[in-house]
Amino acid sequence: MVAHAEHIPHRSGLAAFIARWTLTTNHKEIGSLYLWFAFTMFFVGGAFAMGIRLELFMPGIQLVDPSFYNQLVTMHGLIMVFGAVMPAFVGLANWQIPLMIGAPDMALPRLNNFSFWILPFAFTMLLSSFFMEGGAPNFGWTFYAPLSTTYGPDSTDFFIFGVHMMGISSVLGSINVMVTIFNLRTPGMKLMEMPLFVWTWLITAFLLITAMPVLAGVVTMMLTDRHFGTSFFSADGGGDPLIFQHVFWFFGHPEVYIMILPGFGIASQIIPTFARKRLFGYNSMVYATVSIAFLSYIVWGHHMFAVGMPLWVEMTFMICTMLIAVPTGVKVFNWTATMWRGAMTFETPMLFAIAFVILFTIGGFSGLMLAIVPADFQYHDTYFVVAHFHYVLYPGAIFGTMAAVYYWLPKWSGHMYDERLGKIHFWTAVIAVNLTFFPMHFSGLAGMPRRIVDYSLQFADFNMVSSIGAGLLGLTQLFFLYIVIKTIRGGEPATDKVWESAEGLEWTIPSPAPLHTFETPPAWPIANVGEHQEDSV
Amino acid sequence: MSEAPRYYVPHTSKWPIIGSSSLFVAAFGTASFIQGDNDWVFYTGLGLLVFMMFGWFRDVVAESVNGMMSGLMDVSYRQSMAWFIVSEVFFFGAFFGALFYARVVSVPWLAGSSNNLLTHTILHPNFADTWPLFMTPGGTETEAMGAWGLPFINTLILVTSSVTVTFAHWALKKSERIVAGAWLALTVGLGTAFLILQVVEYMHAFSELGLSLGSGIYGSTFFLLTGFHGFHVTMGTIMLAVMLLRIFSGHFTKDHHFAFEATSWYWHFVDVVWLFLFTFVYWF
Repeated sequence: MVAHAEHIPHRSGLAAFIARWTLTTNHKEIGSLYLWFAFTMFFVGGAFAMGIRLELFMPGIQLVDPSFYNQLVTMHGLIMVFGAVMPAFVGLANWQIPLMIGAPDMALPRLNNFSFWILPFAFTMLLSSFFMEGGAPNFGWTFYAPLSTTYGPDSTDFFIFGVHMMGISSVLGSINVMVTIFNLRTPGMKLMEMPLFVWTWLITAFLLITAMPVLAGVVTMMLTDRHFGTSFFSADGGGDPLIFQHVFWFFGHPEVYIMILPGFGIASQIIPTFARKRLFGYNSMVYATVSIAFLSYIVWGHHMFAVGMPLWVEMTFMICTMLIAVPTGVKVFNWTATMWRGAMTFETPMLFAIAFVILFTIGGFSGLMLAIVPADFQYHDTYFVVAHFHYVLYPGAIFGTMAAVYYWLPKWSGHMYDERLGKIHFWTAVIAVNLTFFPMHFSGLAGMPRRIVDYSLQFADFNMVSSIGAGLLGLTQLFFLYIVIKTIRGGEPATDKVWESAEGLEWTIPSPAPLHTFETPPAWPIANVGEHQEDSV
Repeated sequence: MSEAPRYYVPHTSKWPIIGSSSLFVAAFGTASFIQGDNDWVFYTGLGLLVFMMFGWFRDVVAESVNGMMSGLMDVSYRQSMAWFIVSEVFFFGAFFGALFYARVVSVPWLAGSSNNLLTHTILHPNFADTWPLFMTPGGTETEAMGAWGLPFINTLILVTSSVTVTFAHWALKKSERIVAGAWLALTVGLGTAFLILQVVEYMHAFSELGLSLGSGIYGSTFFLLTGFHGFHVTMGTIMLAVMLLRIFSGHFTKDHHFAFEATSWYWHFVDVVWLFLFTFVYWF
């Protein structure tokens, strides 16, 4: 049993609403807060993307002045990375991890509330920089020195402290995830019996705990270089702007995997359910995730091939980077093999999961192209890079999140989503994503530089197609919002199991999931997941 | 509920939201303060943060004293403290990374090694590759901080304090409260002595060596590394002092004193960081 301090203060109306959501220590409520926050930020960042694509619809400068364009690009990146993708995954972790391992809540419920509520404040601070003198940060989400030190606007200091706050939130949140997984599994559940979503989040949490403090370090050096006369990034004092890039990307590359590993976990949950087969190669999936995480620490230099590192350093980073294709290939192979000869059906979560596998693989392949040093000299800082990372982030992280929402929303809300609307959402999204980002491969290979407000005439057609795709993509996600709200407000009641051959503890509780679950640890193994991974071959 | 709780889940708490809002005030205040605006927002935020920590920890202490912490809860606290220290290691790692890069790469490159001969000849022909960096490419000069004066004494102090805090722990495990308190008081004293000597060292650096944040990459890494370490020692000393008060308030038993252990882990971590600092910032 779980003890609750049962003295709920009696309030009503707005006060009760505010008190409920600001004081809560419940993992489901905090999970919902994270997801709604991420969804809101997704639209804010999306609005910036719309601004960018509108400006790039035609050559020439139409709508925004170049300085504001730079602010849009910077804020789009920062908001999407730190405000949308990461909180969405933390929201899914909050909802699902305790349900999947049979825990009564997250291990440190008050810390959980603290981790969440830091975020709205951090992004208030970041977004307020638009209204400051000199405008918002304008140096790209990677905030390279000296653009962010010598030439950064005054609002850079608010950006720095905003990043510090996001870092505190992420580190505390990850500690919570880590401890929950290690300490609160239902008695008898071994590590190698955990659902893969839990495994991938365990690795993600480790990456966050180790990478975010490095980000905090680098923004601190920025701050002292800006205001206290230090010379970390200044050759004049014996430092080097490359110190910034090295330290930043030591954080930045693990960060890339932080934004995809939970997506891998989601695909590994959904594909077996709708292929009606056990996941192929459970053990190898776990080892592949660990290998990817390990490799993520020793490949940061591939973001810096064009800055003039010694040849042996470039070769080392190139080879390590290409090695990542091996564990990633294992994963893609396993997902495909899970579907092989499965009794497949194509409900919306499965469609998103399959699109995830295919389109993420395209992003992975363009990553391999970028990993080749001599080729990267050509691709560096072009739209090819933009195409690459949007292919891993949009159909990867975002489609992964959407797949997860369609998959688990019936459990959370107690209602089935409208399958027909879900399919319409999927097909428009998948067409729009490709329409937006595929042409960027071509404009990039043809030499169109990224982060510039105007472009040469020969890129006009590709950009127009991208902009049309982006507009459609934006509308599609408003449609997604409609579907989510419609499902929460009503619809066909969901069964406890929701999906015919779904496996795992989260399907043993009622739909909608009651506020408190597993106050007494559930029995493990449960029927039909008992031999979950006995023969994973 | 008749059974003993397996895991304590607090129903609601006002401290986290007070914490996140005061963090916002403090962060906003710091940024404005640095830009030359007035400082009261910063101090307000800081005060609120201290208030939050006091209230939050008071709640947790009350829960602990009332026996609401099951064994499982204890494990959660242990693991989270361990991971917190891991994150701290990586925070210091960023600054050590900058130090090593400067020493091994950027300073030699500026002096013409690797393929940088032309850069050296054209931009700063008089720049020499030395560490500590006595003269920057821009011509700022400084003297180096020696290792075997105050820094060495400080090393001895901190290593001794790691031993005394362990003696305090051993005494606590034998329920010898007075002995534990005495050793812990000595540890707090050593921590304070370390901090006083570091202030003396900084004054020496500023006034006699001309070593400041502005003296190039040597000064930058020196002050940020030792400064952040000093900040951690300050926090650790305050934590130890709180533990001392809690020992005398009878909060700890021989089996149940995690807060004390967490503090001593933190103290050992701070000590180990110092050994790295002494080796790579002062000595070699």
